[in-house]
This record gives sequence, structure tokens and C-alpha cells, in this order.
Amino acid sequence: MKYAAPTTVDDARSLLADNPGSRVFAGATDLVPQFRGGRPSPPLLVDLKHIDRLMSLTHEDGQWTVGAALPTSQLTGNAGFTAAFPGLAEAAGLIGSDQIQNRSSLGGNLANASPAADSVPALLVNGAQAVVATADGTRTVPARDIATGPGQTSLAEGEFIIEFTLADPPAGTGEAYLRMIPRSEMDIAIVGAAVRLTVDGAAVTDARVVLGAVAPTAVSVPDAEAALTGAALTDGGLDDATLAAIADAASTVCNPIDDKRGTIAYRRQVAGVLAKRAAAIAAERARNGA
Amino acid sequence: MSRTHVTCTVNGDEVDFLAADDTSLLDALREELGLTGAKEGCGTGDCGACSILLDGRLNCSCLVFAPEAEGRDIVTVEGLADGDHLHPLQQAFLEGAALQCGVCTPGFLVAAKALLDENPDPTETEIRYGLAGNLCRCTGYDKIVRAVQEAAVQLNGAGK
Amino acid sequence: MTATENPTYTWVGTRPIRHDGYDKVVGKARFAADLDLPGQLHTAYLRSPHPHARILSIDTDAAAAMPGVRAVVTGADFPDLDPMNPNFDVSVNVMARDVVLYNGHAIAAVAASTRAEARSAAAAIDVEYELLPAILSLDESTADDAPLVNENNITRFVESDGPSNLATVNVNERGDVEAAFADADLVVEREFETAWVHQGYIEPHACVVDVGPDGRADIWASSQGHFMVRAVTAAVLGWEPSRIKVTPAEIGGGFGGKTTIYLEPVAARLSEKSGRPVKSVMSRDEVLRATGPAPAAKVRVKIGATSDGDLTAIEGWLGYAVGSANDFAGLVGAMSVASYKFPNLKLEAIGALTNTPKTAAYRAPSAPHAAFAVESVIDEIAQQLDLDPIEIRLRNAVVEGDPTAMGMPHPRIGFVECLEAIRDSEHYRSPVPEGAARGIGTGFWFNIGEQSSATVNVNEDGTATVITGSPDIGGSRASMALMAAEELGIDVYRITPVVAGTETVGFTDITEGSRATFATGMAVVNACRELVEDLKARAATILGVEAEAVDWVDGEAVADGKDPLPLAAIAAKAKSTGGPLTETASLNAGGAGPSFAVHCCDLAVDEETGHVEILRYTTAQDAGTAIHPSYVEGQMQGGTAQGIGWALNEEYVYDDEGAMQNAGFLDYRIPVASDLPMIDTIIVEVPNPAHPYGVRGVGETGIVPPMATIANAITRATSVRMTSLPMSPPKILERLGER
Repeated sequence: MKYAAPTTVDDARSLLADNPGSRVFAGATDLVPQFRGGRPSPPLLVDLKHIDRLMSLTHEDGQWTVGAALPTSQLTGNAGFTAAFPGLAEAAGLIGSDQIQNRSSLGGNLANASPAADSVPALLVNGAQAVVATADGTRTVPARDIATGPGQTSLAEGEFIIEFTLADPPAGTGEAYLRMIPRSEMDIAIVGAAVRLTVDGAAVTDARVVLGAVAPTAVSVPDAEAALTGAALTDGGLDDATLAAIADAASTVCNPIDDKRGTIAYRRQVAGVLAKRAAAIAAERARNGA
Repeated sequence: MSRTHVTCTVNGDEVDFLAADDTSLLDALREELGLTGAKEGCGTGDCGACSILLDGRLNCSCLVFAPEAEGRDIVTVEGLADGDHLHPLQQAFLEGAALQCGVCTPGFLVAAKALLDENPDPTETEIRYGLAGNLCRCTGYDKIVRAVQEAAVQLNGAGK
Repeated sequence: MTATENPTYTWVGTRPIRHDGYDKVVGKARFAADLDLPGQLHTAYLRSPHPHARILSIDTDAAAAMPGVRAVVTGADFPDLDPMNPNFDVSVNVMARDVVLYNGHAIAAVAASTRAEARSAAAAIDVEYELLPAILSLDESTADDAPLVNENNITRFVESDGPSNLATVNVNERGDVEAAFADADLVVEREFETAWVHQGYIEPHACVVDVGPDGRADIWASSQGHFMVRAVTAAVLGWEPSRIKVTPAEIGGGFGGKTTIYLEPVAARLSEKSGRPVKSVMSRDEVLRATGPAPAAKVRVKIGATSDGDLTAIEGWLGYAVGSANDFAGLVGAMSVASYKFPNLKLEAIGALTNTPKTAAYRAPSAPHAAFAVESVIDEIAQQLDLDPIEIRLRNAVVEGDPTAMGMPHPRIGFVECLEAIRDSEHYRSPVPEGAARGIGTGFWFNIGEQSSATVNVNEDGTATVITGSPDIGGSRASMALMAAEELGIDVYRITPVVAGTETVGFTDITEGSRATFATGMAVVNACRELVEDLKARAATILGVEAEAVDWVDGEAVADGKDPLPLAAIAAKAKSTGGPLTETASLNAGGAGPSFAVHCCDLAVDEETGHVEILRYTTAQDAGTAIHPSYVEGQMQGGTAQGIGWALNEEYVYDDEGAMQNAGFLDYRIPVASDLPMIDTIIVEVPNPAHPYGVRGVGETGIVPPMATIANAITRATSVRMTSLPMSPPKILERLGER
């Protein structure tokens, strides 16, 4: 297995075209365990961290652009970004230890296509767009269209994510991400739940709810979004009926598996709990931000 | 087998070595440079025994490919002391009995240094979460956390 | 030798910086994987993908021809031992012969120039299997007509009529439990189960072996006992032990898991065949799939009580799933049940084989399973009788002279003192925090003595070197130095404690059963006392007085009318007074004192997710005398943390094919720093009369009480009695849903 560290997107594109079967990487936090687990090594590893564009974080014209290989520690360390996207920042900050945080990236977290990836539900509720390097240019697709199943993506051979774009949230928006793990740190989510709410006065005007680790990919919860949209928001937060409806909808949409991390029944039940709790936090943040 | 020539700075010294591209930086440090302070406890980034600083940032060296070190600045546990003068963390670990078997200790010291570099006055909770990437099976973490607290006091006192 | 109550010591009981500490904080300490020899080869293993299969053929030709490969070994490279040979099971576990007994069982090993080459070659070995029915649980193993796990297994301690899945059967009985249950005001009976758990040492098994052209082997290894490494490696190879020299490397945690061997004989054979040194290091995946675990268990306990809280009878059945080969869990398990007087007692303990890794000792082996059950039921009785959980235990606690489960009387023990220490602690006296609940649990371990040797040399500068053969797994070198300092009367930093190899110190048994500070410490004390007699005699010569006129006080020879003669002055004249100052002592220690512990835990349960947060934890344990209190606390805290992991999250997850699904630290979830609070310690000191300083081993007991302590707190928080370990969030939530 050879290593290459191109400094431009074009160079990376050429290396991938010239070496079929190669893999791009940023932190290799998933790749190295896969190799050690016996997965065949690619002929070439392409390190994306030397390409400035993939390592940058900018805010221009009402839009944030996050390099796909930027270590999540640098994302969570950016005060402007964490203020704009507290839930996404929390989710990104939950990917592993401090050691992992200096390697993990939003691009890797999404392109590895683990159903349990912490940052993905939070990316999706924020409507992130992925800018993808193709064989001869770029294409921009909703981040939700990248992962298609466990370990499966819509990226063609030789394609890689350059960056994500996120529009500034509207005024009165709050978002939150919660996950359930058995320990307090270092585990893969058994369930993850991201909620983003926009409020106008005393009512929710827009709601997005996405769950992780309960289906082959991160999954939206339209019924929860419907229950939230138009819901009243008081000093006491969302009312109990709305919270119960969110929980029900979240549990219902789950299509989980039994595995070493949790059972189907557990994931269903806790998906509802976390969706409800994340909604309550998002509502509080939305009110404070309104 | 072809090997890549890598030049980098380790504990303040410019060094170079040859390594196969799929060699981990951990193996390169241990086998090519003879710096066996960093340990392999898992090889998958889950235990922190191989912790090093890469350009000042905490990393599991088992997850870093050796060629990635080109031109970078690396600090290992062997580089924490200033000559015969132990780093306050090392002294606090010794005085506080914050090690038993000692195999996780190099990783903890490096991680704790990264933590205190970033946050000189951490709470107990911040220390515990900051060191959650380092597994210790002997101590129950109690004396490790206390040693980091003590080192923070020493370091803050020295700076005043 | 009798320990005095409340003595005052100069060095014993102080907290010096450990002598090996500096090397460990600067990265200089040499663990086995840190050693490299010129020209060394690296190994890779081929391991069974099946839990039980007959090996029809192994083709290593392709592997042997691959780049860098210097040697390949299979079971055919090792002699077949007689099944009654005590090392038979290890010899089969090290390398399968004609049958693989568990998924992960070693089938072949390759030595090559690089690890990558060795791995590629191991993957190229072709094995043909005939699958055999696999037993993956205790229930399957003990079922009528269950297929045999291991055709070489004979049941121990009972009459046996051929191969069986039972490893051991052990029965203890006194009184009449049936009559006692009939008379009892309250009888509580429950069944508990626990999962396989791993010791979880951070350092994977590792060794470097160099077999020379003379056929002699040098081994550098990480183990809890290098004389064990020598003996067992020799047995597996069919060699005389004296062909092997073992040098102990620093050991990166053992907890019982390094009281046996896995790699050394294989590396030795590879070195012999290749003519090169061979370095062999396990991956974490191999550690979890092929070493260690403690048994899984089912325990049924029935306890009768009077309405006043007198515990009148216990009936227990303890079944341990011991993996693919014999293990003494079933024997020890029954012994470890009774911390209470129980006038009527009937216990049956069995070990049953399963097609899973051969189990190994893990801190107080088999006691945690038993204590989880017994301490849970006693707590339930206390709740039903509305008694304080400590008061009911104090009421029934064993004291000196009370019978153990096997019947012989307990020596002087400190169970009552530990209960009182928790009862009187600030923690227990403080109100339970809002939203939390408090649990109590106890446990004990017998501890062992066994054989130890020590040599103490006084150097020409008046310092001393203390040489023992006990690998230091938790600070024991500092304890040896402290006892020597106390005896010799010199500064502890003028003593260098050393762990020496098989050819440089007398035979010493494994560091296990909390015996190092007790038994090896006793050898050190004996050697020092002989040395002091010699020093007094030398001083008498130098001072020109009768030997009887010399006393040894604070490191100096003192005689009336003479200036005191310090150790250094005597050392400087060693040559002219009789030669080098050195003494060796060896013993087979008896009188290891049991160590009891009582734990107290506050925790909160998230009733919507089943997640448990440990908020506060206090442990009181009898150390006899704490030689180095910091490392006594460390043993208490470390054992507690392991017990908390066992209680909440640790378990082997197997698929239907017996393949471990969580063979890594990502999903084999040992506690991380943010899972735990500070673990407050109360060292109780009830000196062990059989040790010159009153030492009781403290390493084992800490892991025994946490499971019941936590389960009891969960019950008090939620009204649900958890009977299955680990008490993971999914299990707790499921039980909460049944309320």
C-alpha cells in the first residue's frame, strides 16, 4: 500500500484515476481498524489533508463552508461555527476521544457511511450540501444523498467530498443532537437524534428531525416534523402532547437491528426518548435565539 | 519492499527514517527510532496508549501513517522532561502514585499535557472527559485525575 | 513472627515514590514488546474460525514459500502430553492438535522478517475442517446428552467414568438447610447470571525468544511469574526447564490473566526452526479472542432468615462456564460464598466446559459471581425486613473462629471492622442525594502464600539491593523496599528493589492471590533479619566487643561505650570482617490472611434510557497493615473500577458460530475516566498475625463487591431487582418496562 499527499483537488483526482481501487482518507480512524480487521488494503492511500480547500472553514455571504477533511476539533473550536450550529458542533465533538477529534472529519464521518455516525443526523437537519469532486469537475448534492446503506455511498469510484456548505440558520433557529451510548465516552451511538427547530413568536414554523443508528442510513422522521410544525412554544417549552407525538413518531420510523450494541426494542424506545429530549433542547435554543 | 524516507522533528531533534507507507507512526517511532515509550494497546485508536503530540495536537500514533509525519513536529513521552528535570505532570504522577503497571502512563502523560496546554485550569469533569481516550485498567483513574489536578496547580503557580 | 497491634514504624506505612516510577514516567521502562534483538523475526497466527472442529489437514507449503517466511509451526511440532499431565490443557491451548476447541484457537504460527509478511503467510495456510457441534453456554454444556466440548476432559474432585463436560464438582454442606428453611420467617430465592468478562490488561501478551545453537532458550516475557513461564514452556516443548532462562520484562497489567502462557513455546519452536530470535506480540483482537476471560456463571441462591434478621440457612448452586478446558472456578466458587455465619449451608459448585476460550484467573477468581448473588439476596432480605443493609450484615458477619464454607475456622479477620468503617463513614452518614439511591455490598478473598525467595545484598556504599522473583504488577517493589528499610533501619531510597530472572534469584511462585507483598515480603524480612545478625557480628569485630553486646538501632550498630557504627561503615569493612554482606531467604508461606471489603455506592438511573451514572463510591478494605498505603488504595480503586465495568457494561458477545463480536476496546467496554467518580478509600488495618508486619494481600478483594453494590442501589432506585450481568442500559430498560 502506497501513500500520496496531493496538494490540489486536481492532483488528488488524477491519482485516483491513475490508481483504480485507491482510497482517500483524512483521519483513517475508521480505515485503520478496517485494515486490521482483515479488509484488503487498497493499492494507494490518498491523504486529503494537504489540500487547503479540504482543510478550511469559512463564513461568507450567509453560508458556512466546511472542508471535508478538517479535523472536528477545529470545527468545535470555532466560536462562530458552534454558535451558529450548536447541535452539529456537539455531534461533531462526540466523535471519539480528544485523540480522535484531531483526526476525525465531517467528510470521513459521512463517507464512511456508518449508520451510527454522530455528525450525520446533525448535518442533515441543517440541510448540508456536499460538494463532490468527480472525474472531471464537481457536483453538489444534498448530504443526505451520500450514504445509501451501511458502508455504501452514492460516490462513484474516484469521487470524494471536497466540502460541505451550510446556509446560516434563520433567526429563531435552534438545534440539538443527543446520542445514547453505554459508557460516557468512546462508544458508537446506539441511537442518535438531531432536531432543528425554527420558531416565530410562540409557534414552531419549521422542524427537522433525523435519527441515527436506527436504520441502514440516517433517517428523517416526517411525522415528528409534522407534529412539531405549528406547535406552540411557551416558557415551559414544548407541551407534553407534542413531545409524546415526537417520541411516538421517532420510535415508529425506526428500522433497527439487534447487534452487539443494542436491541431492536431498545433502539426503538430510546429513539423516541432522545428525539423528544433533543426537541426540547432545540426549542429552548430557538427561543433564546429568536 | 520499497520504503519512504521521512524527515521530521521528534522531541526537538530533527530525525529521519525509512518506513513502508502502510507502517503506523507508532511502529516507526518504536522500531525505526527506538522510542518505545508510546505503546500499542489496541492498534485501533481506542486505548490511547500510543498518544503523541503531532504539531502540538494529541493523536493516537497507531492511526497515523508514518509518511504523514513528513515535516511535522512530534512529541512523545520521552520528550516531556527537560533533561533531568521532570515535567510537573511526571512529578505529580510519581508523587501521587498515579501509575501501577505503567503501560498506559506514557499515553496519559502526553494526553494530560495536551489537556493542560489547552485548558490550564480544568475541572475534574473536564479532566475525566479530556482523558476518556486513555484506558487504564489498574488505577480506577482516581489517582490519575488527582495527579493532573496537582500538576495544573504546579504549572499555574509556576506561571505566576 | 507476630504482628503487633498499633505499632509505630519508621518506613512501613509511608508513601515514598516507587523505585521503578522514574523509568515509567519518562518512557524508559521496558515491557516485553519494547525489546528487540538483532535479526529477530515477527510472528503471526492462524486461528480457528470455528468454535469446534476436527482438523482434517493443514497445508503450510504455500505459506512457507512466501517472502520473508523463515519458519512455520503447527500442532505437529509439539509433543502430545498425557491428558493427566497438569500442563496438558495449556499445551493444547497454545496450539491445537487435531481438534479446535474454540473460535480463536491457535492452529499454526509463522515467523517472518516483518509482521506484514508473517500475516500474509498465516493467511495462506490452508486448513480443512470437519465441523463438530459446538457448546456455547452453560445450559447447553450441562444438558442431558450434550455433545462433548473436549474429549480429553475428566471431571475433577469426584468419581469419574470417562470424558465429560463437567470440569469440577464441589459440594460443601453443614447443618440441615431444609429444616432451617421450614423454620425461617423469610426465605428469598433467586437465580443470577453473569457474562464472560476479560481481565482487560492494556498490554497485550508479548515475548521475545532466542533459542541458541546449543539448544538453550532465552525468553524475555511479560508474565505474572517467570518461573511459571519457564516450567510451562518447558513442559509444552518437552524440555527440561533448565534449558530455559526467563528474564521478566515489566508487566503491563495481569489481574490473573498472565498467570498462564500462550506465546512462549510457539515462539521458542519458531526460533529453534529458524535459528533466529523471534518476537511475538498479540493484537488486541487476539487477546480478547484467545486469552483470558473469567467464566460466565449462573448462580441460584436461597437464603432463610428470622424476622430479626438472623440468616439461618443458605442453599446455593453455582455453575461456571469455564471455556474449553479445565479450570478450578467451580472449586473456588463455593469457598467464596460465605461471609456470614449461616448455621446451615449446602453449596454445590460446578465448572462446565464450553467451546469458548479456556478461562483464566481474574482477580479473586469466581468470587465476584458468588458475591453478586449472595449479596443481592441478603439486601433483598434486609429490604423486606426493613433492616439497615449494614446492620443485617453486622448481625451475621463471620469473625475469628467462625467456619468458612468448607468448615475450617476463619483466622483473625476484619469483616466487622470494614462494615463499621462504612457505617461510620461520612458517605454512609450523609443523606442520599435527590434522585439517587445507595447500595451496599461486601466481598472477601482468602489469599494465598506459596513459595518465595529473596536475596538482600548490602553494597560497599552502605546501600542495599533487594532481589526477589515476584513480578511487580502494582507497586510491590516499593513495598519490598519499605519492609527492608524498616528492618535494616536505612532510608528507603538507599534500597534498590529488583525483580530478577530465573537464573538470578531462587524459585518464586506466580504473583497471584495477593501473595507478593505477603509471602515475598516475608522472605525479604527474613533475609534482612539474618543480615542484621551478620551486621551486628561484624560490628562486634570492628568495635572489639562481644556480639551479644551489639544492638541494631536505626541502621546503626550500638554498643555501650562505643560510638554508633552505621551500616555504611560496616559495609566499607566487609572484606576484612568476613566478606560480602548478603543473605538469602526462602519459604513456603502459610497464614495468608483473608481480606474483606465493604463498598458503598450512590448512583442515578435514567429511567427512560436505562443508563446508570455512578455518583459516589466508597470502599473500606482490610489490608492487615498497609505497607505503602498509596498502592493499597490503588489496588482497592482498581479492583473497584473493574468490578464497576463488570457490573455495567463488560461482556463477551458471541454470534451463533461462537465468534466474538466485540473483540476490541471499542465494543468491549471497560470503564473510561468519565464513567467514574473518585473512589474514596478507607484502609482498615486488622493485622494478619501470620506476617511480621501484619500484611494481608489486597489485590483480589476489591473486584468482589461492586456488582451487588450497584445492583442493590439500582433496586433501591427503581424497585427492580437486576439479576443478570452486565446491567447494561438495554437490560435495565427492559426490566423497567416490566414493572
